[in-house]
Amino acid sequence: MSVESGDGPFAALRRPFEGPNTMGNSPAFWLGLAVAVAVLAAMPVLFGLYAAEVGAVFLAYALLGMSLAFIWGYCGILSFGQVAFFGVAGYAFGIVAINAATLTGLTVALLAAIAVSTVFAAALGYFMFYGGVRDVYVTILTLVVALVLYTFMGQTAGGEWTIGDARLGGFNGMSGVPDLAVGVGSTGVEIGLLGHYYVTLGALVATYLGLRALVNSQFGYAMVATREDEDRTAMFGYDTTFIKLVVFTIGGAVAGLGGVLFTTQNNYVDPSVFGITAAALPVVWASVGGRTSLLGTVGAALAIQFVDYRLALSGSEWALVLIGSLLVFVVLLMPEGVAPRLHEYVLEYREDADPSPVPREPPAATEEVSD
Amino acid sequence: MATSDPSVKTTPAVDETGADSSRILQTRGLRKEFGGLTATDDVDFAIEAGELRCLIGPNGAGKSTFLNLLTGQLDPTAGEIYYNGADITGLPSHERVGRGISMKFQVPSVYEGLTVAQNLRIPLQQVVEPDAFDARTREILERFDLLEQWGTVAGELSHGQQQRLEIGMAMAMEPKLMLLDEPVAGLSIEETADIAELLREIADDDGVALIVIEHDIDFVETIADRVTVLDGGSIFREGPIEEIKADPEVKRIYLGEDH
Repeated sequence: MSVESGDGPFAALRRPFEGPNTMGNSPAFWLGLAVAVAVLAAMPVLFGLYAAEVGAVFLAYALLGMSLAFIWGYCGILSFGQVAFFGVAGYAFGIVAINAATLTGLTVALLAAIAVSTVFAAALGYFMFYGGVRDVYVTILTLVVALVLYTFMGQTAGGEWTIGDARLGGFNGMSGVPDLAVGVGSTGVEIGLLGHYYVTLGALVATYLGLRALVNSQFGYAMVATREDEDRTAMFGYDTTFIKLVVFTIGGAVAGLGGVLFTTQNNYVDPSVFGITAAALPVVWASVGGRTSLLGTVGAALAIQFVDYRLALSGSEWALVLIGSLLVFVVLLMPEGVAPRLHEYVLEYREDADPSPVPREPPAATEEVSD
Repeated sequence: MATSDPSVKTTPAVDETGADSSRILQTRGLRKEFGGLTATDDVDFAIEAGELRCLIGPNGAGKSTFLNLLTGQLDPTAGEIYYNGADITGLPSHERVGRGISMKFQVPSVYEGLTVAQNLRIPLQQVVEPDAFDARTREILERFDLLEQWGTVAGELSHGQQQRLEIGMAMAMEPKLMLLDEPVAGLSIEETADIAELLREIADDDGVALIVIEHDIDFVETIADRVTVLDGGSIFREGPIEEIKADPEVKRIYLGEDH
């Protein structure tokens, strides 16, 4: 499932995924990634089906976190409402899937859900960015969108809020959402518990590699330049408004994919996915893991949600307090997040390591700097 | 041609029938109002290819506003801007840049978190193919004396190096017109002389038209072909530097108020 992440020495294979915009570019990094993916893949084997059931939810959250790292870390758009796309995709899948629980119907539901979250992000992004909304106002607006959805979905308990056979169910949520399935007519596969875990893991790895290739492409440079200084970047002929719209839309699509995988795992979705606690979690993952690192955010999402889950399991009420403290601790000690700090340590450790594949000029007289 | 006014000496020739194509840039009746304040007041301005024009005037004369109108960061209240004979008045910034207008901001605004080579890649990938990045980067860095700083993070460069990098980035776009807002503010005497030489070279060898906002009258004297004096948003005087320097009225408005 993770063939591309393969073994180190295949430089040509690695090339599209490497560049100065991502931190890990060495064979050692790819080897480490392959090991990490292998360990994740081994989880259900080692800990049984229950691990697959719980783990798949964490992996879906990791997709949500990655969508934020992509738009915030690489393009400077801090969305506090990535859960809006996550939840909308979940509801959209549920509505279509409950009404058409056939192989074809479920395939359509999957595509429709991702399409809905993508179009929703594009529309919101269009009005924000072309309306001149910037910086912290984007953050506020996206949070408000999520909270409006929370309130709206919360009042859909009445019988009139039924679409076909699908009852939206207000705060009780929409239950009976079918499992994921892919196929046409009678040929295809229904994805069971174990399969769902691997599909989610595969989606996470594939999305990671896709986003990596994107941030290291010419478009990725334009994203980073837009993050660093938007006006300046426009003066180099970049349509920064359009760049932000594209990035935000891709972020919405990735969050939507996570939302579908989340909903189909739980066979259930309720308005709490839009709530303020849920909305804050991606920001916490990205802040702790390091927003400029897709993988750092994924790691933080998995770790934090795992700890949160264990605490909740033991009946502790302290999970959110702990997460909040962790956030404060990390932001104060390493404002860039854990992964960038680790990266610095690695670079210091391997003094000759060059973070950039761009050939450095052999400086003939390094001491001679005019300042 | 028949309708153009032959009596121009201190005001630019504006062809009544439209844009004059010998001029790389021309404005007609350009006006910008902010509420009750008129920052740019019916400015008719023109510059030719390879000309180095300095824009001087007291604080609040409307110099920066005028430049921002040219780059498209501000929309004019009235008037037109012609570039290479085409009306570009309504075009967004990035499209003007695509046609060959480059801008260097007042404060050095290189991408501080990126290396020197990565900084150059931002403009370069707009104009050359990826396989030419390295060669062009080397060429530009050699010209702007930054080759040794190839892998240096731009935020760690000296002020003068940042200014040079920024001019290099503007030149990487292969512009026909470059706008510079106080390129030597805060630089040492040696650094200022370097920049003066570079700008002259860009005008003479590359044939780029330059509009430079500058306060330092000595610097203006070193580099300018012609000087435009703005006051209260409109063109007060225009001509060769000797003429401008000798003008008692210019002395009064320019030196009288805030110097």
